[in-house]
Parts: sequence; structure tokens; C-alpha cells
Amino acid sequence: MGFIVLLVLVALFAGPLASLIGHGPNELFQNDMLDDFGLPKGPNGDFLFGADASGRDVLVRMIYGTRVSLKVGLFATLVAVGIGVVLGLLAGYLGGIVDTILSRIAEIILSLPILLFAIGIVTACGASKEGCARGYVKPGVTLVVLISAFFTWPVMYRIVRGVVLSLREREFVDAARSVGAGPFTIMFREILPNLISPVIVYASLMVPQAILFEAYLSFLGLGVPDSIPSWGRMISDGSAIYDVAWWLIVFPGIILLLTVLAFNLLGDGLRDALDPKSDR
Amino acid sequence: MGRFIIRRLIWTVFIVLLVSVLTFLIFFVLPSGDPALRFAGKQPTAELIAQARANLGLDKSLPEQYWLFLKHLVTGDEYGWPGLGYSFHTRDAVLPELINRARVTGSIIIGGAALWMLIGVPVGVISALKRRTIWDRGLMGVCLFFVSAPVFWLALLSLLIFWKKLHWLPGTGYVAFAESPGQWFAHLILPWCVLALLYAAIYARIVRANMIDVVSEDYIRTAYAKGLSPRRVVMHHELKPALAPVVALFATDLGALVGGTIVTETVFNMQGLGNWLLIAANNNDLPVTMAVTIVVAAAVSLLTLVADVLLAAIDPRVRLQ
Repeated sequence: MGFIVLLVLVALFAGPLASLIGHGPNELFQNDMLDDFGLPKGPNGDFLFGADASGRDVLVRMIYGTRVSLKVGLFATLVAVGIGVVLGLLAGYLGGIVDTILSRIAEIILSLPILLFAIGIVTACGASKEGCARGYVKPGVTLVVLISAFFTWPVMYRIVRGVVLSLREREFVDAARSVGAGPFTIMFREILPNLISPVIVYASLMVPQAILFEAYLSFLGLGVPDSIPSWGRMISDGSAIYDVAWWLIVFPGIILLLTVLAFNLLGDGLRDALDPKSDR
Repeated sequence: MGRFIIRRLIWTVFIVLLVSVLTFLIFFVLPSGDPALRFAGKQPTAELIAQARANLGLDKSLPEQYWLFLKHLVTGDEYGWPGLGYSFHTRDAVLPELINRARVTGSIIIGGAALWMLIGVPVGVISALKRRTIWDRGLMGVCLFFVSAPVFWLALLSLLIFWKKLHWLPGTGYVAFAESPGQWFAHLILPWCVLALLYAAIYARIVRANMIDVVSEDYIRTAYAKGLSPRRVVMHHELKPALAPVVALFATDLGALVGGTIVTETVFNMQGLGNWLLIAANNNDLPVTMAVTIVVAAAVSLLTLVADVLLAAIDPRVRLQ
């Protein structure tokens, strides 16, 4: 938990932190940090985590990289949760044809190979500078967020639908109906507040998945553009010369691992605290 | 049972068709380069491009092109059955290459899957039986580590340590089993381990949670009450219901892994399906992209069907509708 707070602070104050170190994220130090063969130099007093193949400070790029990871983790989860909760409520409470159609759609999306489609969409979208969907969506963080959310909302949908199915038979729903509340009032005023704990638990477990998804895409060169530092992209760039410059893959990898681990621990902890069924 | 299988087969065909339509649409609707340009020679004139488009069938309307694709898929083409055409990029037939690459991907997946079940299930069972002990905490801690570690990073790190620093392994790439079984194994052991550790960790967590759920069931108390030995209760009454859902998951994940090996193949420099798809997507190579996505979608769908049937056979509580 403390680590996540730290990450958020680092992401917010990336600029001041970088100026404290004295290196910009895209600033090249080719004279100082590249040797005679053009290979980067490793960690030293000034460059704590060494330099990359272009002579940029790895630590400063890692600091800026927190922004991409946290942005993707947060927004992809928010969008997926938003869609999943609303549709799950509709399907679970209304039932019938609405439920059938939505559940089929969810089933289809869950059976699509996510990485395959992500690659297809990102490549097609990245092929032209103006992006796709008439220029509204450009390759980068937004596109990664949208793809991730599109493929993960059915998970939240299924959970919410299941909980709503059992909640709608409860007395408080009958009570609300008997005083004349309409279906939407019941859904969003009566049932929704009862969904908070399962939604929080599963949402917190979706964050690390989204962060990893961005890292995978960026590793394949398909996530965010090179000018924006991202941990997956840094590891990918470093993988070309990792045998002579181990710091290029070790440090960004460790921070990625720790971030995902922290969110997984948070999710596990929330589940143990909020879900009476779980037992350690 | 028969009706269930037939219905699910129809569903599989539907999913594969849907995936192919979506792939087609992504390729054509989203802006991307014109594959005909590559066929029109070094100095493409408007006529040459038009000619190349006609040769590739790109001058026809979208539904017409899709219909032709389906027709070839079902009836076969000059390269055999199923008809998958030739690559826009290399101009080689897709089918033989697909089979070659499926061998590579298959080698990675089957070995990795065997390893992951062999590690994941026992770890989960031990953790559940020794619940709240130091063993349980330690194993679950290790699992959480591997669940959180990105596969490509573990892969690079393992290469750095076991290949570059310790020189225990011969390096990256793929050697066919027929060529040299020893080399085949030496090249595959790292990809197997890297893939297996992630999934083993996920499965150990699931198996443990399932076991713990089962232990509190009434029929377990009944089993103890009628005087069965703890060993017998665990083996006969706890393991079976705890493992049943894992069988279902296993089949689905095995199919999904075909897509998931993209990263592994990239790092270990293996010419498998995932790696091929990445190249094809970058080159606007529609026939190859279609072939790989269809194979993967069919694999996922069919394996899910196998899982559902197996699950119904193992667990009488699951009824097939």
C-alpha cells in the first residue's frame, strides 16, 4: 500500500524529481554515457541506474514510466468497471432478452484471443500518423486503455450480474418496489450500493492486469510511442544489448514486478477483508 | 451429451467465423498500407498497382473478397486443404509454413503445460493441506511473485543468467526434434520453465482456494464421521471436486496460450505462430494474419469444448444444458 502511494507521488512529481537529478527523460548524454564503441555505460554516481543505448538516463525514464503504467492501470480499470457494472446491473435485474444478448456478447468477447486482436488493432491504427476512427484515437495510452477495457469488461460484467441475480430476490428490493420505485431507481439507488465491495475487490485485481497488458504491448513495440518512456518499451529496447548492458532490463523489470506485486497484494488484502467467504 | 457436443461444435464454427470477419474488418476498415504496392515492383505506376490489386483480388468488394476467402478455406486451393492462400509478404504458400510453425509453437506449449500442471497442482494441494503454516505462506509468496512477474522479463533474465553468464545452455532459436533431440530439449527448457512458472503460480493459487472451499463442505465431515482415514478423505473426496474446475481452466488456457506465446517466441527467437503473426501484422500480410487468428480461435474454442465434456464426466454436479 505504501509502495503504491509512493508510485503515485513519483508519477505526479516526475518533473521536479527529474530536475532534482538534473537529467531530462529524452535528454541525450552521448559524450558522457556512451563508450568508444557506442555502448552505454552502467550505473555510476551521477547515473544511478546507468544509461540506455541512446545515452539517456535510465532512472529518469523509469520515473516518467510510472505515469504510463499508472494511467493505463487506472483508466483501463475505470472504463472496464463502468461498462461492466452498468451492463451487469441491467442484465441481472432486467433478465430476459437483455440478459441473453449481453451475456452472449460477453461470452464472445471472452473467447476472442485478446493479444492477437490487440496487435491487429494497434498495428492498423499505428500505420498512419493521424490514427484511426477519423483521428479521434491515436496510437498511445488512449488506444491501449480502450483495447484493454474492451476485452476486460465482460469479467466485471459476469461478477456484477451474478451478485445482482441474488440481490434482486431480497426483501429490500421488494420493499422498494412496494413503495413504487421504478426499475432504474431500484437498480442504481438500491442495488448498486450493495455491489461496492465485490466491485472494489475485482477492480483492484484488474489494475495489475492492465499494467501488465500495457507492458506486453510496449514490449512488442506496439504500446506507446518511443518518445514517452514506458517500462515495457524500455525492457524491449534493452533486450537488443542486454548481455552487455544488464541494467537496461534489470531495473525497469524490477520496478514493473514490484508495481504489479503491490497491486496484487492490495487486491488479495481487500478480498480477505471484504469477502467473508475468503479465508486465509 | 451428443446434442451438447453438436451445439458446441456449431458455436465453435460461429466463433471462428466471427473472428475471421473481425480480422478482415480490422484489416480493411482501419487505415493501413496497401499490400498491392509491394507487388507492383520497384517503380509502381498506377497501372501496375491496379494490376497487382486485381491479381491479389483486392479490387473486388469487401463481401466478395470475404466470400472468396471462405470458399477457399472450405474447398481448398492449389496448396491443398484448407485453402489459406499465399503470403502477401513472402509470396510463399501459407499452409506448409503454418504446419512448420505450429510444430514450434506446439513444442513450447505442450512442454510448458505439462510442467505447469506438474508444479501447480501439487503446490496448491500442499499449501491447502498445510494451511497457515510456514510452508503455505512461503509457497504462496513465491506464487505471488511469479503471478506478478512479466513473462518477457523473466525470459530475458533467465537468458542473461543461464546463457550469457553461466553458459549452461546453447542459446536461443529452435532445433527440430528430428534433427537432434538433445538440442531440441536444451533450447526449449527455458521457454518451458518461463511459461510454466507463471501458469503454475496461477493454478497453485486456484487449487489451494478450491481445496479450502471443499474442506468445509458437509460431505467431508460425513466422510470423516464414517471413519475414513484422512488420507482417503483427501484423495477421494477433496481432490476430485477441487481439481474439476482446474481441468476446465486448463483446456481454455492451453488454447489461449497459442496467442500468449507471441512474447516467448519473440524473446527466445523461435519461428512459431505467435512470432509469425507479429511479422504479418507489421507487413499488412492479410492471408497470414487470417490463418493464424483462425487457427488460434479454433484451438481455443475446441479445447473449451473438450474441457466442458471432461468436466461433466468428472463432476456429476455439472450438468450439460
